[in-house]
Amino acid sequence: MSATIEVKSIVKKFGDFTAVDGVSFTVEAGEVFGLLGPNGAGKSTLIRMLVTLLPPTAGSAAINGFDVVKRSDDVRRSIGVIPQAMTSDLELTVEENLLIFAKLYGVPRARRTRLMAELLEAVELTQWADKPVKNLSGGMRRRVEIARGLVHEPKVFFLDEPTTGLDPVSRTGAWAMLQKIKAERDLTVLLTTHYMDEADKLCDRIAIVDHGKLVALDTPAGLKASIPSEHPERVTLDEVFVHYAGRDLRDALQAPAAADSPFVLRR
Amino acid sequence: MHRTMAIIEREMRRFSKSPMLIVMSMVFPLLQLIVLGYAFGGNVKHLSLAIVDQDRGVPAVRLRELAGAVSAGAHTVDLVPYADAGTALTDLRNGRVNGVLTIPPDFSRRMHSKNAPRVALISDNTDTFVSATLSATVNSIVGGLNADRVEQRLASAPTLDVVEVYPYVPYIQYLLPGSITMSIFMMVMIGGGIIFIDDKARGLHEGYLVTPITKLELVAGFNISGTIKALLAGVFITIIGSIIAGVPSPLDPMRTLRMVLVITVTAFALVSLMFFLMARMSDPLLPRAMFGVLNTVLYFPSGAVYPQQGFPPWMQWIAAVDPFTYSVHAFKSLLLKNTGFGAIAYDIGFLVVFSAVTMTAATALFKRTL
Repeated sequence: MSATIEVKSIVKKFGDFTAVDGVSFTVEAGEVFGLLGPNGAGKSTLIRMLVTLLPPTAGSAAINGFDVVKRSDDVRRSIGVIPQAMTSDLELTVEENLLIFAKLYGVPRARRTRLMAELLEAVELTQWADKPVKNLSGGMRRRVEIARGLVHEPKVFFLDEPTTGLDPVSRTGAWAMLQKIKAERDLTVLLTTHYMDEADKLCDRIAIVDHGKLVALDTPAGLKASIPSEHPERVTLDEVFVHYAGRDLRDALQAPAAADSPFVLRR
Repeated sequence: MHRTMAIIEREMRRFSKSPMLIVMSMVFPLLQLIVLGYAFGGNVKHLSLAIVDQDRGVPAVRLRELAGAVSAGAHTVDLVPYADAGTALTDLRNGRVNGVLTIPPDFSRRMHSKNAPRVALISDNTDTFVSATLSATVNSIVGGLNADRVEQRLASAPTLDVVEVYPYVPYIQYLLPGSITMSIFMMVMIGGGIIFIDDKARGLHEGYLVTPITKLELVAGFNISGTIKALLAGVFITIIGSIIAGVPSPLDPMRTLRMVLVITVTAFALVSLMFFLMARMSDPLLPRAMFGVLNTVLYFPSGAVYPQQGFPPWMQWIAAVDPFTYSVHAFKSLLLKNTGFGAIAYDIGFLVVFSAVTMTAATALFKRTL
């Protein structure tokens, strides 16, 4: 039986720059798979190819058996996505955000009402359902997006740096939320992160990505055991990362983000 | 279809929660209508006219009396007698008077001998409105001097009877069609283009691009919701503007129906144009910069404030492809003349074709991926 996510030698180039360089891996059904790496490693580019936001330059990927390029609509129907940026509509209420997405996915009315209520309860936002998202904290907004991403009951859930920018309490809350939801639903999860503790806590297997290449892939325990150490029981993922990716600073120029423009309304 | 409807619902819900946007998009065109309408629409009065009478004969006195009658009646000019032409000219150059009417010393003698009597009007032509008004006023005064005292029973020279088909149209009414089009455009740009690019810069679009929505559904959803918002702005300013400008029967049912049709096709044409321009744009500065340029390039060549027949050829070419031109023409036909569909059919046809072309191009340009 084919894996839920299959990635074969996938490449993404932007002009002369290679952001993802021949990465291959598979993710089995029900697994929580982490892509771990520093900023600029290529994690977000990789996940954007898998969720059909970017076309690959070379190689292939399939989600639930659907090719991300040839069957992109089928891929989109079967996945839920939490992008790195906060993408909830700030002027709309929590409930309205879920409602619009449920309609975009064609969730029938009766099922929609039940699902929204269940999801709001699962992310503990029921009492805030009628409040505008702009009045919520960062951690609460992330929970809105988690609920929104699951409103159509996808089988595969992609999260791109789900806790970046959140305070430690909110991060811990988000982890607990994800673990609870994963336990209640038949979900395969792929998440990207540059937080070692997050990958260690949440993931069944971790792929370390650096400079666009996959440099290591194993369970957290397997990765820790793979590096030589006098006290193997005390090895952390930080040491694993440094072992595989080196200590060099990853200084690089990048194109200015449109969101950095002084003309974007700040809320 | 349900995905297009979801996008429309999302846009309308956001719109309903943005009262400042609604107010700004509707207030500015109204303000422009009132200020421009009254700034340009009045009759020029109380122009200061120096009179230098170097003759003092009977015809010269009569000329001064006629000028006095105009001053006392229409108040177009206020007369300022000067003994010295040099002083009057100095005051003209210094801006104390707007013109100098000089009656030369041989005026009366030439009047009696019918030997080409002349008077001179020296005017400050740096202000063309003022100098044109002075020239016309003094011409009518001199014409009054030339008129026969006893009216002839049968006119021997041809005369012109001017018949005005429609009631007098004050300038503020003349401006109203352009203001309606402007309000639609402002809602399209502010409530559509600028917010669209801001959302794109904040990454909001990623949330929608990962759903099964197609390119056409997304573009159609944005276009239709933009049209609805612009339609609301257009209807609002049509009603309020018509009342302010004194348009007779502002709520005439058949005219209102035709107006709603023209507002709708105008809104869709401008939304499609906006989407075409923004389809590949990411920098939030660009739509803001573009707004001012488009405002000028589309509004003034449309004939909204000045007849297109007065434009140079290159501006007439702009006017020919400018959707504002057809919208303003249609609104003028309906508001100022209360015409039927026949008079606006070509305008509606152009706007529909314009919409189809720009929306097709926008859909082709729109990227379904990042």
